Amino acid sequence: MQNTLAELKRGERATIVDVSSIHIPLKLLEMGCLPGNLVELVQLAPFQDPMYLNINGTHLAIRKETASHIIIEKEL
Amino acid sequence: MSKQINVALIGNPNTGKTSVFNALTGLNQKVGNYPGITVEKKEGICKLPRGVKAHIIDLPGTYSLNASSLDENVVIELLLNKNDKDFPDIAVVVTDVENLKRNLLLFTQIKDLEIPTLLVINMADRMRYKGISLDIDYLEAQLQTKIALISTRKKEGIDNLKHLIANYKEVSVTPCIKASDIDKEYFENLQKAFPNQLLYKLWLVITQDVNFGKTDRKEIDAVANFKTKSKADLKRLQQKETIKRYQFINNVLREGQTIDVSQAKDLRSKLDRILTHKVWGYAIFFVILLTIFQAIYDWSSVPMDFIDSTFAFLSEWTKNQLPQGAFTNLLAEGIIPGLGGIVIFIPQIAFLFLFISVLEESGYMSRVVFLMDRVMRRFGLSGKSVVPLISGTACAIPAIMATRNIESWKERLITILVTPFTTCSARLPVYLIIISLIIPEGRFLGLGYQALTLMLLYFLGFATAVLSAYILNKVLKIKSKTFFVVEMPNYKLPMFKNVALTVLEKTKSFVFGAGKIILAISIILWFLASYGPGDDFNNAESIIKTEYAAQQLSEDEISQHISSYKLEHSYIGITGHAIEPIIRPLGYDWKIGIAIVSSFAAREVFVGTLATIYSVGNDDEATIKNRMAAEVNPILGGPLFNFASGISLLLFYAFAMQCMSTLAVVKRETNSWKWPTLQLFIMSGFAYVVALIAYQFLK
Repeated sequence: MQNTLAELKRGERATIVDVSSIHIPLKLLEMGCLPGNLVELVQLAPFQDPMYLNINGTHLAIRKETASHIIIEKEL
Repeated sequence: MSKQINVALIGNPNTGKTSVFNALTGLNQKVGNYPGITVEKKEGICKLPRGVKAHIIDLPGTYSLNASSLDENVVIELLLNKNDKDFPDIAVVVTDVENLKRNLLLFTQIKDLEIPTLLVINMADRMRYKGISLDIDYLEAQLQTKIALISTRKKEGIDNLKHLIANYKEVSVTPCIKASDIDKEYFENLQKAFPNQLLYKLWLVITQDVNFGKTDRKEIDAVANFKTKSKADLKRLQQKETIKRYQFINNVLREGQTIDVSQAKDLRSKLDRILTHKVWGYAIFFVILLTIFQAIYDWSSVPMDFIDSTFAFLSEWTKNQLPQGAFTNLLAEGIIPGLGGIVIFIPQIAFLFLFISVLEESGYMSRVVFLMDRVMRRFGLSGKSVVPLISGTACAIPAIMATRNIESWKERLITILVTPFTTCSARLPVYLIIISLIIPEGRFLGLGYQALTLMLLYFLGFATAVLSAYILNKVLKIKSKTFFVVEMPNYKLPMFKNVALTVLEKTKSFVFGAGKIILAISIILWFLASYGPGDDFNNAESIIKTEYAAQQLSEDEISQHISSYKLEHSYIGITGHAIEPIIRPLGYDWKIGIAIVSSFAAREVFVGTLATIYSVGNDDEATIKNRMAAEVNPILGGPLFNFASGISLLLFYAFAMQCMSTLAVVKRETNSWKWPTLQLFIMSGFAYVVALIAYQFLK
């Protein structure tokens, strides 16, 4: 099942399938946001945004808007 | 003299790079700026075995060699310029054992520049906690480097690191990844065009928009013009490069690192559950702020009272010990009170920096950024604006420089424009002395009225900053992409040495930076107050004696009248009287007028100015505060510093743009005179109007 990262719920895990390189800053890729890597939603800030993620062992926060350009496959 | 080895410390943010720097150099460090830009340059000397010395540069933290800010440019500029006097004989890449995978990305890039590179794996004390074990021999072989496993917290492995630096010649320069593996065709063409250059270096020159100095300029221009690909294509290649590097790293770590998750103790998630909670998170943040302000007020009052009375005593003592004359007066009435005006802020500034550096070091600041982003975005700011706004309570200058990591230009510009509204440490002395004059000492729910007033003023500063951001967000028509990426580091107990060095460094730079201005202005003011033009000033004695001849006055009273007459007709008195019509509606007299004028360069001069003005001609040992309390309003009678004029002054200082250095930094960071000019006129105009309204209502 394919979704964007913005749809991930708290505690859920997924695998990154594709990142739209036009919308995603290089810095995020360098921090490990790359196809094939695991991602877990650790926490949502109040108002559901930004998202606190664990990508490939790196803990970082990004905004929902950015997350919507990252395609994931949820773990069942 | 033996040769000095140039060492560059490089690493991701939050890897404890600065702790390594502190461990190596101790107090042998100095902080300056890179020429022409406001990026902090930290360097120090470290003694190595066998009498060798190392010159160590702590480069700004960066995630990769793909620079996206001024700070990061510094790193790549140094590494690509072999002729730089600081060009490293050896690069030391500092990594955090818990984030080895991500940290190694930067390591492989530097290795590919064929610079001898050492790998430092820091925070080794946490390995057992996290169930991590490393096969160092394997890693050294695969990464073709020497590894120093250290713990700056436990002070372990530092000697081994020094030993490895001393033997830098033994470190291999074999690259990790062949550039041609990224895209065969493109890189082969590039190599054909520039056969004598290192391929990876060429690639960085093409993709990075940085200044490489004068060296190899022609050649570099030629390379930079080698644009056979569009920007989007280049970015795709950079992405491919990143993927390649991670593949390499993953392969190395698969064998070299094992993590037993069952052994891991997870403090992070427990703390995060509370600290980023939608209710508790904010509540805790608020309580922390409250504690900080109460502490700054309470803890520093004792040393401040001590400093205040010491300088008053010193001034009196100088007067009595030295022979009478202009020099003694300059010393006792100009220089000593001026110095006192600087020294007295040391306790509060030190406490403020202490708290800020503890919040940063512990990793808590990132949680605040995370919590506040959505709220701040509503006002056109970013969650990252919280850090400048909080450090703005120390000083707007580093705060404005701290906006560099805000990715969106519009959010960054707005942050720069509103940051000077936050209550910086230079306003603190003005607030403190006025609050102590007009607010009673009682307590409410355990908090002093005075501390509460101070907190209200801080709150007012933040509120104004945020509201003006909201207006700017509506007014400014700037389109820019909004990115927001913030690392959430592990929680760490702040290390005493790091915090102490930060506090020491920042306080020093305040005392010597602001101190110079305050001292210079104090001396100028003393001259202006001690000399005057025309007969009124020069014949003050005979004028007063004739005027009061009929009355039976004591010697003391006569000399009191003479000195105040002299002050009124001195250069400074004349200036003050000239501007009095403008400031009288705000409730100020000409003496406060002078203090406001002189503090346009820097706010903290205010108290020093009043100290100088009031000491001229006053013999008694009274402190500044007592002298101010004794001042009488010349027109209305009653104390000059009453509730109405006090509040009016507080508001004026809360809003007015009175800091040359901040304006200069805004000019540099925005690269235009437009923004600082707007800041100066809008903020100061607003301050005048608000102070006017307040005084007219309250009087």
